[in-house]
Amino acid sequence: MQILIYGYGNPGRQDDGLGIALVDRLEEWASEKELVGFEFENNYQLNIEDSEAISNKDLVIFADASEEEIDDFCLSVVDGKGKLSFTTHSASPGYIVKLCKELFQKEPHVLLLHIKGYEWEFREGISDRAKENLDKAFVYMKKVLEHPEIALESKEELKTC
Amino acid sequence: MSQKITIEPVTRVEGHGKVTIHLDDNNNVTESRFHIVEFRGFERFVQGRPYWEAPVLVQRLCGICPVSHHLAAAKALDMLVGAGTGDGLTPTGEKMRRLMHFGQIFQSHALHFFHLVSPDLLFGIDADPAIRNVIGVVLEHKDLAVQGVMMRKFGQEIIRATAGKKIHGTGAIPGGINKHLSPEDKEAFLNGPDPLNIDQMLAWSQGVLDFFKDYYSKNKSFIDEFASFPSNHLSLVRKDGALDLYHGVLRAVDSEGNKILNDVDYQDYEQYIEEEVRSWSYMKFPYLKSLGKEKGWYRVGPLARLNTCEFIPSPLAQAEFEQYKALTNGKPNNSCLHFHYARLIELLHSAEMMKELLNDPDLMEGELVTKGSKAYKGIGLLEAPRGTLFHHYEINELDQITKANLIVSTTNNNEPMNQSVNSVAHSWMDGKLEITEPMMNAVEVAIRAYDPCLSCATHALGKMPLEVSLYDANNKLIDRKRS
Repeated sequence: MQILIYGYGNPGRQDDGLGIALVDRLEEWASEKELVGFEFENNYQLNIEDSEAISNKDLVIFADASEEEIDDFCLSVVDGKGKLSFTTHSASPGYIVKLCKELFQKEPHVLLLHIKGYEWEFREGISDRAKENLDKAFVYMKKVLEHPEIALESKEELKTC
Repeated sequence: MSQKITIEPVTRVEGHGKVTIHLDDNNNVTESRFHIVEFRGFERFVQGRPYWEAPVLVQRLCGICPVSHHLAAAKALDMLVGAGTGDGLTPTGEKMRRLMHFGQIFQSHALHFFHLVSPDLLFGIDADPAIRNVIGVVLEHKDLAVQGVMMRKFGQEIIRATAGKKIHGTGAIPGGINKHLSPEDKEAFLNGPDPLNIDQMLAWSQGVLDFFKDYYSKNKSFIDEFASFPSNHLSLVRKDGALDLYHGVLRAVDSEGNKILNDVDYQDYEQYIEEEVRSWSYMKFPYLKSLGKEKGWYRVGPLARLNTCEFIPSPLAQAEFEQYKALTNGKPNNSCLHFHYARLIELLHSAEMMKELLNDPDLMEGELVTKGSKAYKGIGLLEAPRGTLFHHYEINELDQITKANLIVSTTNNNEPMNQSVNSVAHSWMDGKLEITEPMMNAVEVAIRAYDPCLSCATHALGKMPLEVSLYDANNKLIDRKRS
């Protein structure tokens, strides 16, 4: 099984770096545990070439900071209905999935991990409140990576939004 | 009853832009403005920070063109460490940076054309938006869409190999570069399996240019006349007049091709360029001092670059440049949609230059960094995908930044984008009471030609949709559409 964990955001904008911070921690942990079959990726934002990057994966989990009204973190299934914005310099996970399906005829199972953030100024470092959410997400995601069927089969343990 | 139309993006963080179009009692357009509510906090933020952090810090500005900011900042810092103004680096330092820069230009131009512009060209700007999008392109012209994705990926890989990583790359450092190109990367870029090798990129670059020329031959009046108006044009050029996207002297020409800024050293840019503040927008309006606010504004970017340069120093792009210049009998091209034509010629040039650099032994060996005597002021300019990018830093005895001034490409194109919106508004909205989707898209087509980075201009990140609102004379909202 090939699994991609992909964080995106700008770590120079405080909590916007939550997704990347999580993936960095997961990658380090997976390396120590010598887990195989995982690929970890980070970028400022998703873009069209990511449709190719996810095309040969069985499971993809995008991780992003969230301004939504959620407690700490949650997962949602990405259904491939995303649209591109006016200048198309960034793309939603749904758009990437849609593009992957149309261009490469592949439909990996894709989830988006939303991690609640609070502060978005020009500085590095996650806010204290967001760090708590990051810690919780990290603990939870370790379990998911050890048992990816939780995510693949959307089992009850999946903490959905 | 006079009215006002507003086009306003919604953003995730601070900073946004909008377009307002004012109508008179007969519903004819009287005035239009493209506002960008710029957040200028970055310049203040870097004050007090050690100067050597700047090439990494500036990447916080924008996740869209971090490489351009990274390199422009590094060029400014070359001055601070006494390594020269772009001519003083070691061959390895300069060529690695150039390869990084061409990778950025290549991926940016490919993304813009294949995934932003091609839907309008393939389906028409007034086509059903359900079809007129990149998925429509995928369904009907899958080869084009795949090429766009893979060309973008190739450019990103070049950036990874030269800058070190995608997030907060560290490749360019004051006075040079921090690594050579690895033999493995060189081999992969030159001889990797299709399609991710430079020869395939060259072939596709030529192919998309041929595609555009074919479209142009069938839609000449549309391309020539849409949002067309005379303007000045500004860019860097090499000292011998060649197109040079990384380094050169500042040149500006008027709409007839007369030089109005004659190959000056960009370290002296403050002598020639002023930034006007207008009450209705936080984004400044740069202009040439010698011509004043009313006549001194200029365009930057691919259209401007092919108007200011005399030739392109790579054979395939030069051949295309000669055809392109023949369209206007050697005079500057002032047609908004010719941005696309010019951009594709630059795409081909970038592919040619990447191939030349990948075969250059200097990238594999040689000194990486030049050192010299400390200076207290450094200015770095380059031609980013969207146009001329200015980075200006001053430091104190403690090596702390005391002043920073950035003029990003989209800011340079502020007035031209306003002019373009005005042109389209008159053509498409005179006499109209309701905003239709084609009307809104026509405004977007004009703005999109400049490939504006509102993220840079507003120092926001990511989301940049437009909102169009129609107001009557009493500022009462009577219609609103969002893209």
